[in-house]
Amino acid sequence: MVLTSRIFLCPDFQPRSTYRQEVIMTQMFMHNKFVSRVSDRFNRWAQMAYDGLISLVDFVFSPLQQGIGMKRMAYVFVLPNLAIFGIFILFPMLLNFIYAFTQDPNFFLPDRAWIGTQNFNRLLTCQDFLQPGSCAEDLFWRSIYNTIQFVILQVGLMVLFSLITALILNRKIKARGFFRSVFFYPVLLSPVVVALLWKWILQDNGLFNGVITSLGFPSVPFMTDPTWARFWVIMISTWSNMGFYTLILLAGLQSIPTEMYEAARMDGATDFQLFQKIVLPMLMPTMLVVLVLSLIRAVQVFDVVYAFTGGGPGSATLYIVQYIYRNGFSSPVKQFGLAAAASLLMAIVLVVLTLAQLKLRNEEA
Amino acid sequence: MGAVLAFLTRTHGRKRMDMADIMTYVYLCLGVFIMFGPVLWLILSSFKTSGEIVHFPPRILPYRQDTVQVAGYDTPLPLYNVTMKDGSVVQLAEVTRIGLESQLVDPKNPAQIIKVNIKQRVPVEHIDFGLDNYVEGINSFNFGVYLWNSVIVTLFATLLTLLVNSMAAFALSKYKFRGSNAIFMTMIATLMVPISTILVPIFLVITTIHWNNTLIGIIIPTVATPTGVFLLRQYMLTLPDELIDAARIDGASEWRIYAQIILPLAKPALAVLAIFSVMWRWNDFLWPLVVLSRSEFFTLQVGLASFQGELNVQWNLILAMTVLTLLPITLIFGILQENITTGIATTGMK
Repeated sequence: MVLTSRIFLCPDFQPRSTYRQEVIMTQMFMHNKFVSRVSDRFNRWAQMAYDGLISLVDFVFSPLQQGIGMKRMAYVFVLPNLAIFGIFILFPMLLNFIYAFTQDPNFFLPDRAWIGTQNFNRLLTCQDFLQPGSCAEDLFWRSIYNTIQFVILQVGLMVLFSLITALILNRKIKARGFFRSVFFYPVLLSPVVVALLWKWILQDNGLFNGVITSLGFPSVPFMTDPTWARFWVIMISTWSNMGFYTLILLAGLQSIPTEMYEAARMDGATDFQLFQKIVLPMLMPTMLVVLVLSLIRAVQVFDVVYAFTGGGPGSATLYIVQYIYRNGFSSPVKQFGLAAAASLLMAIVLVVLTLAQLKLRNEEA
Repeated sequence: MGAVLAFLTRTHGRKRMDMADIMTYVYLCLGVFIMFGPVLWLILSSFKTSGEIVHFPPRILPYRQDTVQVAGYDTPLPLYNVTMKDGSVVQLAEVTRIGLESQLVDPKNPAQIIKVNIKQRVPVEHIDFGLDNYVEGINSFNFGVYLWNSVIVTLFATLLTLLVNSMAAFALSKYKFRGSNAIFMTMIATLMVPISTILVPIFLVITTIHWNNTLIGIIIPTVATPTGVFLLRQYMLTLPDELIDAARIDGASEWRIYAQIILPLAKPALAVLAIFSVMWRWNDFLWPLVVLSRSEFFTLQVGLASFQGELNVQWNLILAMTVLTLLPITLIFGILQENITTGIATTGMK
């Protein structure tokens, strides 16, 4: 205990010398005459092209400004964004309600008859809510329970590992920038790449089973056993996302003023007390943001799992977004209304989580 | 030796590494192994031949069997070390294998066929980082088309994201106009509503304007991100209004003020948004998957996912294509890692 507490609880601080590094880097580049000449020439050309483009647009915008006046130009600037936002986000949000309250399987709205809350009724009809098999839409409930299980385990595991990693990165270590990047690297990989990468390692003749059988144990059906499949979905999404939350937590840790540690040390605080009385409370706001962000993302888990198990084996890793995708796009019988109703139910959960986050951010500010 | 050890265990301030320091580095090295190991394994595997790829248990390095051209045979024959009955080992080329019996010839004496049990022969191999998988993968997988689509989508979506969002952010930060608050609040409210919750209706909109199976259908709907407006607006609020007033007195039009004063000053925020946008669009999967159903418009991610879903998956090709897909993002990260990590740490978004 003493040992582990020394690792996590004893943050050391040193100003990172990135600014100096940058200056040195720039000087290195400047000394290279060829590089600087090429980049100079490129910059000049780019500047000329940019200026030309600006003047061209100005031919349209200047008369426009004379016509409607300076103040109203604000509307012109905000218009492109608002148009796209309105057509592709706001308007579909409204349409979603119409879909949810009309009858399948027609896709175009005029062909769909109004059926009130029937879609919702079907989703929410269950003899026993704890037994997905007794529900009218058993896959919906299976996906909900799978999602709940996934969210709890994945968020818990990921926040734990992110916190440990952030605390360790916050110690006085060599090459912190390098290690920080190492943990962050998987965040950048696309979900499909992450899924294929791990599928390759976990398949029946993969690396893990190779190691297991060479040690004399029978091979494990990682991908075809429901429990193992769920386990690995959690591990993989933790692997690919934890770097992001580590980064945020590390930023939170580094914003704790050093004086607080020094003062506590002077008063004879132990490492554990330091962690419990200073680090944890000071980190709480960041921690809450991390929790809510990771919750919102975990509820929407889709792409990694889609490419990794495709929802299987059976419906073991079928999560709520994939349920929506399946009903609306991939199943032979399209049930757009059902998909829309399910997505509205999910949106409610997300809105609640978002409001919680905004509230927390306001309290923090 | 002692000096090296002293250098490696040198610490800031304290005299020696203590247990806590050692465990810290053990954790970090384990982290390097877990985070990079799978990618390294993927890259090593991507060089393996289709025979080596099913070798079980798998070997770390990509081995390739030596072959030899023998007179009288059209294709090069695989080489084996064969233990003969008298105990001597000779190198022979295999002509064919029937059940448990292997028929081999001596490359120097191709006329005489030697029959041995397959247990008596061991393949002659060398480590080989050949690019066969990459070449074959690119040809059979339409890699060029998918790459082109991905590059077009990423490039144009990022340029448009920067333009459209910075214009809106400029209006929302530097003007007071009726409705500005309402617009901003609506955007904030939808900040966290993901595309997955409006999949069906947004697909209807796309279908109605005949944008499915077009790249523009993937690009445009993702361009107006509330996150981008928010990020840029917050940054532009910190730019002094006096600059704008001075430019107006000099007779600059509003467009010139935006393009030649505000945009250059907002470069840091634009850079962060550009990095995010490239990351989002390059890795995007669900939305292209919904919009695109014809393979000539697939992006790399959708193409890769459908490639691995086909029957008779050839893992060696999939792995090579996966490496090519992760390469660009890895290179960008290698160059810009400091900017990316600080950008994300300060804005708290992904």
